[in-house]
Amino acid sequence: MRFILRRLGFYLIAFWASITLNFLLPRFMPGDPVSRMFARTQGKMQPEQLDALRKLLGVDDRPIWEQYVDYLHNIVTGNMGISISRFPTPVTEVIAGQIGWTLLLGGTALVIAAVLGNLLGILAAWRRGGTIDSALPPILIFIGSFPYFWLAMGALYLFGVILGWAPLRHAFSDGLEPGFSWEFISDVGAHLVLPALTIVLVSVGGWMLGMRNTMIATNSEDYITMAEAKGLRPGRIMFRYAARNAMLPSVTSFGMSLGFVVGGAMLTEVVFAYPGVGYQLLTAVQGLDYPLMQGLFLTITAAVLIANFLVDILYVRLDPRVRSN
Amino acid sequence: MTTLIEPTVELRKTKPKQGLVHGLFTNTKAMVGATILLIFIALALLAPFLFPGDPSRITDMASLEPSPEHWLGTTAKGQDVLALTVHGSRSSLLVGLTVGFASTFVGILVGLASAYFGKFIDESLSLITNVFLLLPGLPLLVILAAFLPPGLGTVIVVLIITGWAGSARVLRSQALSIRSKDFVAAAVVSGERAGRIMFREILPNMASIVMGTLLGCVIYGIGAQAGLEFLGLGDTSTVSWGNNLFWAGNEGALLTGSWWVFVPSGLCIALVAFALSLINYAVDEVTNPRLRKIKAPKSAAAVVPATAATTPERSVTK
Repeated sequence: MRFILRRLGFYLIAFWASITLNFLLPRFMPGDPVSRMFARTQGKMQPEQLDALRKLLGVDDRPIWEQYVDYLHNIVTGNMGISISRFPTPVTEVIAGQIGWTLLLGGTALVIAAVLGNLLGILAAWRRGGTIDSALPPILIFIGSFPYFWLAMGALYLFGVILGWAPLRHAFSDGLEPGFSWEFISDVGAHLVLPALTIVLVSVGGWMLGMRNTMIATNSEDYITMAEAKGLRPGRIMFRYAARNAMLPSVTSFGMSLGFVVGGAMLTEVVFAYPGVGYQLLTAVQGLDYPLMQGLFLTITAAVLIANFLVDILYVRLDPRVRSN
Repeated sequence: MTTLIEPTVELRKTKPKQGLVHGLFTNTKAMVGATILLIFIALALLAPFLFPGDPSRITDMASLEPSPEHWLGTTAKGQDVLALTVHGSRSSLLVGLTVGFASTFVGILVGLASAYFGKFIDESLSLITNVFLLLPGLPLLVILAAFLPPGLGTVIVVLIITGWAGSARVLRSQALSIRSKDFVAAAVVSGERAGRIMFREILPNMASIVMGTLLGCVIYGIGAQAGLEFLGLGDTSTVSWGNNLFWAGNEGALLTGSWWVFVPSGLCIALVAFALSLINYAVDEVTNPRLRKIKAPKSAAAVVPATAATTPERSVTK
């Protein structure tokens, strides 16, 4: 319990840090965003939009600590301001419409990559020097060296443009009514395959190598020799004895890699024009929609922190040593 | 049988007192990686002589396929893709190396200070490190790049801000284990200054980890720069691999079927990253005996079926 509370405190501090960063960035950055914004939009902004922007950028006369308290209060109560590019929709509403797609894409890709990578790692370590162990790692390291988005571009070109197997953009076909119909769900699935596949391809190597290296260390433990001496089936030793103990670092990196996957998903979303938060973040940056940008950053951060906290709880369940401390 | 003879030969080669450098020189992975890397550095240095003039000059020879005249074809704006790619290596390698060295340096400072001073300093530095590790990298990059004025300097600064934490954490844990060794305690007792102990006593003993971290940071720098520029958040006026890809996407090279515009730059990023990873894994192998070539595959005899028995031979010949 103490462990959980400590972690919770840590995540709260991390979240507070990102809120503060959000607060300070527009106020202390060199140059003046309001004039930059004016120059770009060439005076086409509504007075209300300007007002929303002023409020966000801290162009008011109150002392800074008062603004800060106000800002914290707003964030905690879920008020992230009003989007400028989609005026007058509140930022939270824009984000709510998009976060589901990112969770779908990132979540699918992450789970598949983690399960597949760990399985391959287990097998590679178990049969050291075997086919999987000697052939796959170099290939996966090489594929993993490619930038996420470039692989996505290549896949889009090959399977989308040339072969025509997969749809080119968006999360579902235009004109299709979202709903729980078979037609819609299969369409969403078809649009998901290619983006998810590129993320899996790039990230599976890291999982595999990590698992392989811990598993090699675990395989030389005495209890494995003991299990073999008892004549247990190899499959049982492999999964119940060796892999189970080698899993712990993988569980930790599952939490850590969430942030990475969000980033990777972001680039992939841009290539496939997939309507998730990453794509929206880029559109917000291009449209100089600072409130939306900040809201998206906070949302993504919060999601990553919450996921990490869940992983911590799982960790306590898995590792008795953490509980006893 | 070759599998049995091979390890003994290797053992004789790696006698003690031959350090990391020698180990790397005899390691195939390291040599392949270093060769690729050197070729790219040479290309980057020779770019102005190989392709004189401004590579991004717009001509009327738009979207040509690869031909003897333009080896890699031309872009929609009539720029020679090969010239763009070779010139692009300058910015990409420069930013990658700068970011790599700078974030490793910050990582060393933070990690050593954490491990050496301990207590409150360690607690607070670790907290900051962990917060930076947890904040999702690319969104943070994007939001920083969006607020700061555009330019190459901004890209470098932003990449260092988001990249140092990983190295700090790794270096701290290594420094911690060295901090508890007797010779460090001896140095403390003999009254050496803190800076001297950190940089002369502790640091040299973690050279291999520092090297691994440095390589990882360079890979990160090159990849993250490319990602940032691909999103159009870099300095779009410079020629770099990321910007080449940004323009390729912008000009619709994908949809018009001009694969030769976006393939080279991505391939170059991947090759450099691959070369660096190869060196990185080689450093791991040389310094961590457990990962070196198999002594006698544990329990392999019991598990590996007859069909798989031929594979070890292939792995030995590489």
